[in-house]
Amino acid sequence: MSPETKVTGKAPRSLFDKVWDAHQVRAETAETPGLLYIDLHLVHEVTSPQAFSVLAERGLRVRRPDRTLATIDHATPTLDFAAGDAPPYATAAARNQVETLQSNTAKHGITLHGWGSGHRGVVHVIGPELGATQPGMTIVCGDSHTATHGAFGALAFGIGTTEVGHVLASQCLLQRKPKSMRITVDGETAPGISAKDIILTIIAEIGVDGGTGCVIEYAGSAIEALDMEGRMTVCNMSIEAGARAGMIAPDETTVAWLEGREQVPAGPDWDAAIKRWTALRSDDGAPFDHDVMIDAATIRPMVTWGTAPDTGIAVNAPIPQPRSPSHRKALAYMGLEAGMPVAGTPVDQVFIGSCTNSRITDLREAAAIMSGRRVANGIRALVVPGSVAVRAQAEAEGLDRIFTDAGAEWRQPGCSMCIAMNGDRGEPGQLVVSTSNRNFEGRQGPGVRTVLASPATAAAAAIAGHVIDPAELMEPAHA
Amino acid sequence: MPDQTDNIRQIDSRTFVIDQEDIDTDQIIPARFLTTTSRDGLGKLAFHDWRYDGDGNPLEAVSLNSLDTAECRVLVAGRNFGCGSSREHAPWALHDFGFRAVISSEFADIFRSNSARNGLLPIMAPEAAHNWLLANPGVAIKIDLASQHVDLGNGPGFDFAIEPFAKHCLMEGTDPLGFLLGHADDIDAYEAANA
Ligand code: SF4
Repeated sequence: MSPETKVTGKAPRSLFDKVWDAHQVRAETAETPGLLYIDLHLVHEVTSPQAFSVLAERGLRVRRPDRTLATIDHATPTLDFAAGDAPPYATAAARNQVETLQSNTAKHGITLHGWGSGHRGVVHVIGPELGATQPGMTIVCGDSHTATHGAFGALAFGIGTTEVGHVLASQCLLQRKPKSMRITVDGETAPGISAKDIILTIIAEIGVDGGTGCVIEYAGSAIEALDMEGRMTVCNMSIEAGARAGMIAPDETTVAWLEGREQVPAGPDWDAAIKRWTALRSDDGAPFDHDVMIDAATIRPMVTWGTAPDTGIAVNAPIPQPRSPSHRKALAYMGLEAGMPVAGTPVDQVFIGSCTNSRITDLREAAAIMSGRRVANGIRALVVPGSVAVRAQAEAEGLDRIFTDAGAEWRQPGCSMCIAMNGDRGEPGQLVVSTSNRNFEGRQGPGVRTVLASPATAAAAAIAGHVIDPAELMEPAHA
Repeated sequence: MPDQTDNIRQIDSRTFVIDQEDIDTDQIIPARFLTTTSRDGLGKLAFHDWRYDGDGNPLEAVSLNSLDTAECRVLVAGRNFGCGSSREHAPWALHDFGFRAVISSEFADIFRSNSARNGLLPIMAPEAAHNWLLANPGVAIKIDLASQHVDLGNGPGFDFAIEPFAKHCLMEGTDPLGFLLGHADDIDAYEAANA
């Protein structure tokens, strides 16, 4: 314990402890969990209908529609359609799901960024983009990638549909305090290494269940050096290591990114907010249940070889010998061989998008590789921006032309091939290099084989026609 | 909504074993079926892509397709069951399929809490008992929620942990939302203090 903490008598607390403590409506006891207050509840069409039904059955209202924000992203088509036309939904069920959310939000007075909104998009892209996501908040969504918002120093985690109903009705959750883990990534990453390579390295290191029961704080110089988009990519995949949430302490980068956004405070309130936010960090000596160190200098461009997100390896490294029957099954499913690198594997489709990697910096990273080059023959490359606003920004920068000139498809925003429930998907047996977060069997369509990678690595695969170290394409093309 | 207490205080059944680690929610119910707005009738979609061919015909060789769920209401699976998405459709599908308990050596957090709320007991077994269960498919099993004990006859029975409030809700049929709304005064006070 440091001398100061003795003087004040306060035990050092972590960033997570501070946010947690500030939201206790009622403390947990041996018999009952505590009540945790939720500042922001994000809602989308897939995990909310049954929760609204429970409210309707019980005659309950939404307690804080002003703290609830909805969008449509999972089931929505990413194809262009003319204003006035009906969206080209893949199925009647998808249309029904979107229309159900439209009517539920209208009924309860909840803001919906639906068709026609300039901020429609993947739920974890639009929250930050609107400035609705702020440091120190508690944020939940019926979606396991809610941890994304932790990049701003918020405590953000995914919940089930029953809990969506709880938050709608009470603005609270019944929770026991999770454990904590600190992952420190110190040092400098090699040129061309992105946030995706960092998080795939972390997950490979601690395993798909390495973070189970924990809230992770990402710290260290390599994390601090990331821009906000990169920090979101890292926090986004916390669940792929089994963690409830991931957090990064807010700093000047955070403040600069949020300044001027639609929902952040203005005037003197802004100054007060900066003070509050930048004070939100783990005290020296704050206890963590687990501590993990990663050397940033060792991180290489990563790809996954298996059907779980902890199977990341350097793109040119040999696939390890299988350690379990699950590994053998995964190798057989992927059609890959131990001892060989993933590099060189022929590719059928490339997907650049998802709440992990569909923000403007991700698109710039992919465009830098595709610029002046052509997608290899027979390969379909889909570029799906995270939101209407990201799409507009990319078009203002001319990135859309780079993609379409290269022969890639430039789509409307949505989850698209990350979850393949809107009609965008791979065909059985196809190999997809994807910037999304899950490579589970069938995630991108029945029988589809998914290789997770960064936007640069995915773009390079589209150009080369096979998996390749993006460094080989990082020199500008001579058109 | 499934009746949370049906057959769950005491389960007297046989086990069905899927000896595979890291079974994710996309295996339990593939994402493309999540366009439903109801929580009923998802049992036919449980483990869909393992059970049906590309045209949607059931695969005869897959034992899940001929399982008598009146007899077999306890699923035993490899480590880290239910990882992946937060979809509550996963326990809804398993419950509707007929399972009332899942036994593994480790569960993904969200799956575990979703299950306990939907009449599907998630039971963490000690490694030795877990391995024994994996190696002995179809054994008779008795699960008693009140005493938190699993009886395996001649096998290595064990006690299991369950969050006390979840147990209380399952035993007494208490509704957590009612409990939350019962604290409206506390929530009002918190909001007033933090406005
Ligand atoms: S992009 Fe993928 S992971 Fe993200 S919210 Fe959509 S479906 Fe979920």
